[in-house]
Parts: sequence; C-alpha cells; structure tokens
Amino acid sequence: MSKQEYTITVYTENQIGLLNRIAIIFSRRKINIESLNTSPSEAEGIHRFTIVINETEDVVKKLTRQIEKQVDVLKAYYNTSDEIVWQELALYKVSTDEIAEKVKVERLLREYGARAVVIRKDYTVFETTGHREETDRLVKVLEPYGLIEFVRSARVAIIKASKGFHEKLKEFEQREPGEELVENEYLDRQEEVFTM
Amino acid sequence: MQSTLSQPQKAALQTKTETISGSEAVLRAMVAEGVYTIFGYPGGAIMPIYDALYDYNDKLEHILVRHEQGGIHAAQGFARSSGKVGVVFATSGPGATNLVTGLADAMIDSTPLVCITGQVFAHLLGTDAFQETDVINITTPVTKWNYQVTDATEIPSVLAKAFYIAKSGRPGPVLIDITKNAQLQQFEYEGYKPCDHIRSYRPKPVVRKEYVEEAAKLINAAERPFVIFGQGVILGKAEKEFMQFIEKAGIPTAWTIMGMSAIPTDHPLAVGMLGMHGNYGPNVLTNECDVLIAVGMRFDDRVTGRLDKYAKQAKVIHLDIDPAEIDKNVKTTVPVWGDCKETLPMLTELIDQKVYPQWLKRFRDFEQEEINTCIEPELHPSSDVMTMGEVIRTLNELTNGEAIVVTDVGQHQMVACRYAKFNQSKSNITSGGLGTMGFALPAAIGAKYGAPDRTVVAVIGDGGFQMTLQELGTIMQFDVDIKILILNNQFLGMVRQWQQLFHDRRYSFVNITSPDFVQVAKGYHIEGNSINERKDLKSALETMLNHKGAYLLEVMVGKENNVFPMVPQGCSVAEIRLK
Ligand SMILES: Cc1ncc(C[n+]2csc(CCOP(=O)(O)OP(=O)(O)O)c2C)c(N)n1
Repeated sequence: MSKQEYTITVYTENQIGLLNRIAIIFSRRKINIESLNTSPSEAEGIHRFTIVINETEDVVKKLTRQIEKQVDVLKAYYNTSDEIVWQELALYKVSTDEIAEKVKVERLLREYGARAVVIRKDYTVFETTGHREETDRLVKVLEPYGLIEFVRSARVAIIKASKGFHEKLKEFEQREPGEELVENEYLDRQEEVFTM
Repeated sequence: MQSTLSQPQKAALQTKTETISGSEAVLRAMVAEGVYTIFGYPGGAIMPIYDALYDYNDKLEHILVRHEQGGIHAAQGFARSSGKVGVVFATSGPGATNLVTGLADAMIDSTPLVCITGQVFAHLLGTDAFQETDVINITTPVTKWNYQVTDATEIPSVLAKAFYIAKSGRPGPVLIDITKNAQLQQFEYEGYKPCDHIRSYRPKPVVRKEYVEEAAKLINAAERPFVIFGQGVILGKAEKEFMQFIEKAGIPTAWTIMGMSAIPTDHPLAVGMLGMHGNYGPNVLTNECDVLIAVGMRFDDRVTGRLDKYAKQAKVIHLDIDPAEIDKNVKTTVPVWGDCKETLPMLTELIDQKVYPQWLKRFRDFEQEEINTCIEPELHPSSDVMTMGEVIRTLNELTNGEAIVVTDVGQHQMVACRYAKFNQSKSNITSGGLGTMGFALPAAIGAKYGAPDRTVVAVIGDGGFQMTLQELGTIMQFDVDIKILILNNQFLGMVRQWQQLFHDRRYSFVNITSPDFVQVAKGYHIEGNSINERKDLKSALETMLNHKGAYLLEVMVGKENNVFPMVPQGCSVAEIRLK
C-alpha cells in the first residue's frame, strides 16, 4: 500500500487537553501532521479537527479508530483529497510602494483571485484562498517584489458525500443520559457512507 | 409506582442542597460508588481530602502505602482480584509522578482505576509553584481519561464520569487532578448521580448479528479450529459464557498470560499458554489451524512473534469490545465487535456441537514432547539444585489451585504462569503488557484486600523484590496476610538468560546481590525462612501457607537455569525452541 494524502475529520467535545490526546496518537507513532485545524463546529459545544497526513490507508484507518476511541471524541472520518472540498487561506504582506510602482495590482487581483485586506503607506496585505498550488502561485509572483511576510492557514475541509453529520450531531445533542446508544454502525462502512 | 408529584414539586425537591467542601464531595462519591478501600499517600496538595477522610473512618478504609508506586500497584491488585475499580490517592508533584508506572501498567492491561491527585491552588497553575507538575499532560498517554478540577462544583459529576469511564467498555485507569482550592471550596451539593452515559463515549460497539452468523458459519465448517483467549473474558465477566462456547464447539483452547485462570487450567479442552514462553503445541499449531477464534485478546507481539508469519493459513475471527483492536495487528476475516458476554452466547447458539479428537490429539502429542524435553526436567529435576518449576509444582500440591498467585516480572513469572494450576477465575495476577518489575509485592497487598478470603501468594525474583520491598512496611502496619515467595537465583535471571542465548554469555550487570531477606522481613516483624535444599521445600511451603499473617519464604534456586520453551525474538511462533 502506498502513502497518499489523507484528511482526517474529527468531531469532539470542547475539552481542554484533547488536542494533546489526539496529537499523541500521531506523535507516538512518529507520524508527521502536515496540517491541523481546530475550530467550533455548527453544533454548540462540539469542535471539529481537520488533520492532514501522508500515510497508507491501512495506517490511517487504524489512526482513526484510535482517535475515535478517545472518550471525548464523537466521530472520526478519513478521506482522500478527491472526497472532500477543501481550502487554505493565505496572507501576503508586500511593500505598498514597491507593489504600486511595479505591478499591475488590478490584474494581480483578478488573475489570482486575491483581495486586498489592508492597505497602509508602508505595506499592503493580500489574501487568497485555495489549494496549496493555487496559493503558491501568488507567492511566486510576489517574491520578486519583496514579499515581506507570508502565512498560510491549515486546511479546512468539508466531506463531499457524508449524509449530513449535522443531523447526527443534533441527535447527539438531544439524547438523554442513560439511553441505549446506537452509534458505530458506520465503523466499517466508510464506503457506503461516503460513496458519491 | 407513578409519582404524584408535579414537575415544580419535583424540581423543588431536587434543589434541596447542603453546603459541603470539595473534599467531602470526593469522599461521598467514593461511598456512592461502593468504594471501601483506598490506597494512598498524603501530602500538602491533597491534605484537605485527607482531612475529610479522618471523619470517614467507618466508611472508607485507607491503606497507607510506603511509596505511591506501591499504592497504584496495590489498587491494580485490588481491581484484578475483585473485578471492581481500584482507587488511589496521591499528592501533587512527586506523589503524582510516582503513579506513572502503575498508570502505564494499568492502561496496557486494561485495569479499572480511579486515581485522585492533589494539585496546587488554581491561581498558581503554570507558575512553577512548589510541587506543581503538569500531571494532566504527563499522564495523558497512560490514562483512558483524565481531567483537572479547579472548581468544587464539578467534583460530583466529574467523579461519576471517572468511575463510569474506568469500569465500562474496555476498562482502564482514569486520573482526576484536583486543585487545593477546589478541595477546600464550600459549595451547594445536590447529591451524587452516577453516570451511565457520555455523549461522546461509546463503551460498547453495537453487536452485528450478521457477523456473528458469519463467524458461526466459519466455525461450523472448520476442520482444525483453535480458540485463543485473553483477559477480555475475565473483564467481561464472561467465564461461564466462554466455557459454554468452547464446550459446545469442542475446540482446543489456549490462553494468553492475561487470560489465564478464566477457565480451569486442567480443563479437558485446555491446551495451555500462548506466547514467547508459552506451551509448545498451541504455539506451533497456531500456524496449522484453519480457523483461529480470538476472544478478548489483542495479539500482543509477545503472543504473535513475527506477525508476517503468524497464522497466515487461518481464517481469523476476532471477538473484541474495542473496535480499535480489530485489524490492529492481525487481519481478521470476521470481526465480532462487542462485549463477549453478549456475543459469545449468540455464537454458541449458532454453532454445532462438535468434537475434534484427531486435532486435539495433535496438541497432546506436542504436549508429550514438551513434557519429556522441558516440563519433566523442570518439575522433577534430577540434579540437586532446585528449579523454580518444582517450587511452583509443590505450591500447587499444597494450594489445590485455589490460591491467587501474583507474580513479578522475569523468569519466575514465566515459570509460575507456565506451571501454576488454577480452578477459579481472577487467580493469576501479573504485569502482562508492561512487564513491571516491583509489581508483585504491592499488587499482592491489593489482591488480598480485593479477595480477603483467598490465599494470596506473591512469587517474586530477587531483583524485582528489591524494587518495592519498602511495602513490607505496609504489610506490617496493616497486618496484610500475604505469602511472599522469593525465588532467588542471584541473578536478574531473565536478562541473564537473554545474554546467554543472544549475547554470547556476556553477563553484563545482571549479577545482583541481595540482603538477608529473612532479616529484612524480621525488621518489619514479618516471619520468614530461607531454604536451599529440596528436602525442606514442602515443609517450608506448608509452614508459609499455614502461618497466620504475612510470611516470607526465600528459596534458593539454580543460578543459571533457563525458561523453555521459548520463541526467540523476531521468530515465528512455529519456531519455538524446546531447549
Ligand atoms: C522496572 C523494570 N526494570 C527492568 C526490567 C527488565 N527486566 C525484565 S526481567 C528482569 C530480571 C528480573 O530479575 P529477577 O527479579 O531476579 O527475576 P528472575 O528473572 O531472576 O526470575 C529485568 C531486569 C523490567 N521488566 N522492569
């Protein structure tokens, strides 16, 4: 089995220390995390992690199970890049003088889908979103004009085919303590849940 | 009976509160959870809890250990012999870090524990205050769950969660770190509600009937089926269900070191122990069976040897409560997720009543070979030097398989597990996954509290005994009636064996000298004896077992004896060596 890029999506309780618990699952196996984003989800009190790694499917499957085993984790999915819609945000800081003098700014904005976020006398900050290659293209263009600073966010991703985990989350929210649980039914049914 | 109270009336009743401290809330949680024994060691950051404990004398028995590691191993022993949750108290900083070895041990051996550690005042967190350590981060990899409490109002619900998590599903250790201000804080206590549900936690996967059916089909069609089981049977309290399953199926059955004693060692279908120092037949025939049924075990590398050569010919059915265990090490043909107490009867229902006399005989033939080459010389040696095996054999004769045997780690552990006879479940207590030297003495103390009516014998090497021998003090102070059997080979025996076999006999730092153990015991007012002649063995063991109260017996055994059979590291189980 060959390695490829996988995006792991994890729904969790909003708990202190959980980031560490999840990170340990990767670090103890000496697996590098390429990108990690964590933020609140659409459901109150539930957070969402998006983790990108390069691994074989076999390893990724085991990792997801180990993640899902954590007490504060509600659900973990893994997907290849063509099963998700994903974006990264990039910010570029350039000298305002330099850029106004030498570059056709309007063209730049149009061609690269960029947006000026801040324009000051000393510098201007542009923003783009997209896949890595897309945001990289603007870096190349701006570099000759003295890119002062560049930063890219972690990946955020939405699974193309999941049948609305939102509904599931609401169920989780509503369930009264003590009721019998019936989750896990998708554990080995990734394909069915996510076929497009 | 239908309640006649109106909604507001009920609400009014529920809000009847009283003001108590966080510390008191901790102890009320203990009582509500049915805890009656706590192992622990006080200190500044947990003093409010100890202060409250002073008034709980009649409800909670606290055993003052001599080291927190001893405390947590004792709690493990308690949990393993009783099937209940073990509880430990420790103070912040060094108290808490002394728990780490036991946490790691309990984590890998799925032992239910609730550990309460004191912590500095919340306003001091992160300031390198006196005895402040980041206990939550230190213990994260070795706990099933942990949590830091900084406000007393959280205590009842957090402790309820802690007990629920520790004992449900695949059990494990939970640590709750409570800041001193939370222990002291007075708050409106609304009573204790046990926890039986956590939104994000699924202790048991849903049983899939179709997989059970598929598994039954495979078993019914098998010609050479083989059952292997682990501690899951004991943790699931499924001994009876398991026995019914194997007896109807008629399948030869072997155990892992952790599963040992779930069925009587002399059961007609029992073919022995698996793994590196397991029995010859079950190891070899793992690579000849056509259907391998693994129940509540996790295919540890000490059991499988080389994975790429492990049971490749077999269809594998794996019954486990932890979905993450499925396909982790060995690829399964049919996974049966669930609590084996639930899944085994379903499976038993669907399988045919069968016997496999030819196949079982293959195990017996290998057994005979093992008896001739290893077992006989070990149990009835011809030389003058005593072997560990004959000590265990004699112990068996005197205890009739009724004793709890707690072992430390090393050659004596493997010998004890190979040769001890058991009639009851929860009788073999050992550090399986972590292999923690120093485990046995404190774990035996805990085991005695967990099963006060049973004889508890701790079998320990001269090396491991010196790792936690301070717990003799606990035994002395609390009159703990355990029998300590030291098998002294004057070496760190297991390491020496490896140096002999794999490092050209370069005995590098395995020669360990010991104090006069009997004198040491005497210092603690514990009776003892040391023997080095076979003629004294039986009577010395008898004296030990008949003695009222704790007793230490040292038996001098052969210095350079080895434990065989052995699957050398990196070999397949079929390459097991008899000598
Ligand atoms: C805490 C710890 N340190 C080191 C080891 C490595 N180790 C495994 S077995 C062993 C030797 C044990 O010697 P002893 O207690 O005398 O028992 P024997 O093997 O002689 O029966 C050692 C050092 C261990 N398992 N645990």
